Amino acid sequence: MRDTTTAPLVQVDGLKMYFPIYSGILRRHTGDVKAVDGVSFSIQAGETLGLVGESGCGKSTVGRALLRLYEPTAGAVVIEGEDIAKLSPEALRRKRPTMQMVFQDPQASLNPRMTLADIISEPLVEHTDWNADRRLERVYELMDAVGLNRRFANRFPHEFSGGQRQRIGIARALALNPKFIVCDEPIAALDVSIQAQVVNLLEDLQEKLGLTYLFISHDLSMVRHIADRVAVMYLGRIAELSPRDALFSKPLHPYAEALLSAVNEPDPSLARRPRIILKGDVPSPARPPKGCNFSTRCPKAFARCHAEKPELQEVEPGRHVACFLYDAKPGSTGTTEAPANLRQEHNPQGEYQ
Amino acid sequence: MPDRAAPVLDVRGLKTVFRTRGGEIHAVNDVSFHLERGELLGVVGESGSGKSVTMMSLIGLLPSPPAEIRAGTVMLGEQDLLKISADQLRAVRGARVGFIFQDPMTSLNPVFNVGFQIAEPLRRHMGMTKAQAAKRAVELLELVGIPDAAKRLGDYPHQFSGGMRQRVMIAIALACDPDVLIADEPTTALDVTIQAQILELVKELRVKLGMAIIWITHDLGVIAAIADRVMVMYGGQIVEQAPVKDLFANPQHPYTRALLKTIPSLTGAREARLQVIEGQPPIMTAAPTACAFRARCGHAFDRCEVDNPKRHAIDGVALGQGHDVACHWAPVTAEAAHA
Repeated sequence: MRDTTTAPLVQVDGLKMYFPIYSGILRRHTGDVKAVDGVSFSIQAGETLGLVGESGCGKSTVGRALLRLYEPTAGAVVIEGEDIAKLSPEALRRKRPTMQMVFQDPQASLNPRMTLADIISEPLVEHTDWNADRRLERVYELMDAVGLNRRFANRFPHEFSGGQRQRIGIARALALNPKFIVCDEPIAALDVSIQAQVVNLLEDLQEKLGLTYLFISHDLSMVRHIADRVAVMYLGRIAELSPRDALFSKPLHPYAEALLSAVNEPDPSLARRPRIILKGDVPSPARPPKGCNFSTRCPKAFARCHAEKPELQEVEPGRHVACFLYDAKPGSTGTTEAPANLRQEHNPQGEYQ
Repeated sequence: MPDRAAPVLDVRGLKTVFRTRGGEIHAVNDVSFHLERGELLGVVGESGSGKSVTMMSLIGLLPSPPAEIRAGTVMLGEQDLLKISADQLRAVRGARVGFIFQDPMTSLNPVFNVGFQIAEPLRRHMGMTKAQAAKRAVELLELVGIPDAAKRLGDYPHQFSGGMRQRVMIAIALACDPDVLIADEPTTALDVTIQAQILELVKELRVKLGMAIIWITHDLGVIAAIADRVMVMYGGQIVEQAPVKDLFANPQHPYTRALLKTIPSLTGAREARLQVIEGQPPIMTAAPTACAFRARCGHAFDRCEVDNPKRHAIDGVALGQGHDVACHWAPVTAEAAHA
């Protein structure tokens, strides 16, 4: 099992990723799309952290900023003691082999003009001084590891099915023996019967190679299967970060609760239970609400939620929630004065977005 | 609720073939089903299983060539949709059969406002004037739960969010009060909380309008939530058909059972390892002469290689009315089915 006493492999602190908006004829900087707005978490070596949320909540942006595929606006990303966000280009390049990514769309992330062997060995060409024979040997090794037949080495991506293409992407990510892999919706583009194959492969590889995953997905039942801890994101912020079993048996944040309740179980007796139906849509990250980002749709919101942003804090051992309902600070407004029925009808996004 | 007396739609022996340069693809192979009045029929299958092609064949939405409907009858009331002229078919589409597509962005026209797009079928099929159509369009938008409907008629599709766009699509499909609504993966492109909104809406509308719905999806969870009856498709054929409770409680076809097992659950014990269906779905380059699932099936035996199984009832009710399955190995008892 993983060791929680040592320093985490990945430590993210106050990560912000803003995309500037320029408008008018002078292209003045008039605002920011706050895709990620102050996210902090850590991942222990050998652990899988699930990152869930709806489209546009910033979960993929977190994954990319973590590997500095985007230049983060603010915050620190410490991987194995080095702050990725501050490394020089040359140092970052040397760091790359330890951290890799598996992308969502295996079709778009593989070069259609390169053979499978070229694709998988490209990281080896870039980062090692191995000769061609040695590289090919490693390619075969990787193909065996991900369950691709060696005979396919000289074929092109279009000759493979979606599940096989995802295996190619995984083999490429593994080429340099990384410690940390960001899996950005690796199964979203695959059929149900193929998803299980890829998830099992990821789990096998983790066990064999001691990998650490950030598993980004919107599929909650799959995240329950693969993750040790789960972070639920909403509009650029983490709403709840809890151990898997605790979250799925009793979500604390109202958004996590609504999200779990919206999932349809493949069982008619469970699927027809009453559920929490959220009103309206997610606000635009360019104009987030003044208070809690979830306040415009939250069934439990009260006055304070519309005025202040709650910070992520530990409310039970290991469970972090950003919600005033769990605010235990003395003198602050607690649940006692949270009359849900008095909340003002403040929901412009629900109507016009 | 379903009315057994007269099916609103009755499809028999439908065969659709695509002629491509690489040869023929037999996408739909001898598919027969019916749809009762007021019923919600769920159709599940993986991509390439022929579920969408079947439904598009019904109302002539497939371009021909390459598509060719080789055989079958599609009775909508007294009319065989495969025999009528293109003009007559156009009068059926939109008026008596509504269609909701998967992606609400690409199926709405970006250069017309939504008011125009909702009014179009009303003016074309119902002969309404512009003013009447606009009035009805507002009613429809209110029906599907778009706030401030009158003001939003002049808005263009890009001004709506994904969930709202799908509501607009539903409003268009409902405009002429169709007998049959075909929904092709209508919630697949949406987030779960928005999907929950749309499913609630459809449940409500069913009660209000009493139309029959065919709901195509690959998500067994959605089927469990809304369907009355389910058809499972594989390799362009219906491999199992049952009332929704029976299908989940007592799945018969090895494919259905494997499919149910590959999905991890949100509640209950967490499985240490996911069950997988090894291999890939088949590409049907010829009409099937053997079971399409045999290569991936754990129960396949000699007969599966030479004899394509026909659907047979397992509960003594007439074929299509109760639970039937196309498998030589079935039926099995409920206990064995979950083993």
